[in-house]
Amino acid sequence: MVLALFADVHANLEALEACLADARERRASRFAFLGDLAGYGPDPGAVIDIVAGHVGRGAVAVKGNHDAAIAGATEYLNDSAAAAIAWQRGVLSRAQRAFLDDMPLVVREEGICFVHASAVAPERWDYVDSAAEAERSARAAGTPRTFCGHVHRQMLYISGAAERMVAFAPTPGVPIPMRAHRTALALAGSVGQPRDGNSAAAYAIADFEARTLTFHRVAYDNHATARKIRRSGLPEVLAYRLERGI
Amino acid sequence: MVIDGFTVGECLHKGAMGWLYEVTGRGNPFRMLMKVPRLGEATLSAETLLAFETEAMILPRLAGAHVPRYVATGDITTAPYLVLERVDGASLDRREAARLAPADVARIGAAIADALHSVHGQNVIHLDLKPDNVIVRADAAAVLLDFALSHHRHLPDLLAQERRYAAGSAPYISPEQVRGSRTDARSDLFSLGVILYELATGKLPFGAPLTLAGLRDRLWLDPAPPRIANGDTPPWLQEVILRSLEVSPAARYQSAAHLAFDLRHPEQVVLTARAAKVQRKSLAAQAASWWRARDIGTLPGGAKEEPGSAPVVMVAVDTTHPDDPRQPELQRVTRRILSLSREFRLICVSVVAARIGMPRGDEEGTQVEHRIRLRHWIEPLEIEADRVSMHVLEAADASSALVEFARRNNVDLIVLGAPAPDERALAWWRSVASSVTANAPCSVHVVRRPAASAAPAIDEDQAASRAAD
Repeated sequence: MVLALFADVHANLEALEACLADARERRASRFAFLGDLAGYGPDPGAVIDIVAGHVGRGAVAVKGNHDAAIAGATEYLNDSAAAAIAWQRGVLSRAQRAFLDDMPLVVREEGICFVHASAVAPERWDYVDSAAEAERSARAAGTPRTFCGHVHRQMLYISGAAERMVAFAPTPGVPIPMRAHRTALALAGSVGQPRDGNSAAAYAIADFEARTLTFHRVAYDNHATARKIRRSGLPEVLAYRLERGI
Repeated sequence: MVIDGFTVGECLHKGAMGWLYEVTGRGNPFRMLMKVPRLGEATLSAETLLAFETEAMILPRLAGAHVPRYVATGDITTAPYLVLERVDGASLDRREAARLAPADVARIGAAIADALHSVHGQNVIHLDLKPDNVIVRADAAAVLLDFALSHHRHLPDLLAQERRYAAGSAPYISPEQVRGSRTDARSDLFSLGVILYELATGKLPFGAPLTLAGLRDRLWLDPAPPRIANGDTPPWLQEVILRSLEVSPAARYQSAAHLAFDLRHPEQVVLTARAAKVQRKSLAAQAASWWRARDIGTLPGGAKEEPGSAPVVMVAVDTTHPDDPRQPELQRVTRRILSLSREFRLICVSVVAARIGMPRGDEEGTQVEHRIRLRHWIEPLEIEADRVSMHVLEAADASSALVEFARRNNVDLIVLGAPAPDERALAWWRSVASSVTANAPCSVHVVRRPAASAAPAIDEDQAASRAAD
């Protein structure tokens, strides 16, 4: 199985389409969406329709905090994020909102745990931003592999000696060997709102035949997405972030 | 016994880390070894496994004449093994027991530095360089063995947290490794400095400490200058060795290629106070160093520098035609290229026609004359003496002389002049520049004098169709 991992799409249609095309070219046979289809971007409806189509054909999709916010409270979100959620609620159909609401918080299958944030308490949306957090999340997941998002950066944590995890900032395009006896937790990076100063969309591919994990970056027309954000009246900062990748 | 198509033969070595077997099979035309980690003993196994995995991960990504060829790895959970080329030749420790002549130290040292340069260029830092991990092949090239403690820039470092274990071999490891750093390629240059010291004097500069306190000595201890142990050590060799053994990585050579270069061109080594040292620092000065070492949390360095951040640039200067109108442009471009990097080395080369049958004295006269012209050419660039060297090559074929010199000295970029675009097309194909560009082992920057005022180019087809109107 060649599994493509997409996290934090954030209603960015151009970025999602670019990553899906890239993954297909790399012979991905299965897709997993790691939460936050909604929030920030101008195309929540189109993104949800694409993902719903894939889920209908067997893809995995878990809920993120922005997806939950569409249905419920927004107290955890900053002003521009809250403004985007309010705007998106208005443009989404009932069916699209129901799709978001119906996504599970966690999916476990075949030794893999899919979750948006930390698996310790998925509904608390804790950031996995240190080796210690990664160890806790991987332990709570209880699977050899945990794939998540939420942090908007690509990162890999691998267990070394005595279950202690080693943090590694991956180099895009370099396949990393994945040994069966090592526990690993990967942050796939953000498809729709990368924040590491590189404006290219981020996703990852886990190849279970070659036993490798490869992080990818895909340049897409982020200026077109930024123009859409400005045209739709969403906060200017959201357009600016996409142009800079910050 | 046959494992995955390999016939396992004689056990060659039983070590603390694992076993080495001779293997055959799978139709490989070279001799092979199988490494099997020694697992199962509670205290050793976790670390042994990490080291085994590290080598199994890194070796397949290394290529070239300076590493054993990778053949296969077994499934780590069921049959952990690593099959690799069995390199012919003796490891350095068995061959070189006593002290060597300076020329031999330099030859072996330069070969190891070449190997390090090749490995560093492939994003790997060895981190356990010592004589038993070096084999010198019959063709004098050095091969590095044992990447079990190595670091790859683009792969997770499983040993990053295993400080105590991953520190390498006590006599050879760098001060920053004692502190837990695993990401500085200059650590390997320190270890090479220890090897050079050992080859030159028959002694180890820091002994073979058995305790952490003993290891920490090298954070401040000033090794006895090689000349104390071997009075025949020439100043240039002492300069190279003590520069390699500097506590701060920033004070060492910044690239293995630079170190190899100095070992190959002793006459070009710029001597500093290091070369003349005949005793250690005073007790008071050593105490001050010790006090400073206590305070430093982590040593400077440890930066994840891109390979090639300390390039060797070679500029070909035509000293036979010093008034060539391209010279100022060549100087401008060279200055611009050097401004892009702090840690460059510049090699200025002039090729003069070899003249057969010339009396010996005249030959030297030619050398001196062209060397003076080279120095005059380089002067306006205001480069520190220890970053630049000058070479006059006598050869019939300038382009192959340049290419060969670049290859031997790990040059990253050749800068040279070319015929102007307004000269006839044939001029380019006949030029040294075209031949060097075609055959160089590295990038080539071709410099042209800008055309005075380019006449608008007329497409021949267009001209023809216009004529037909």
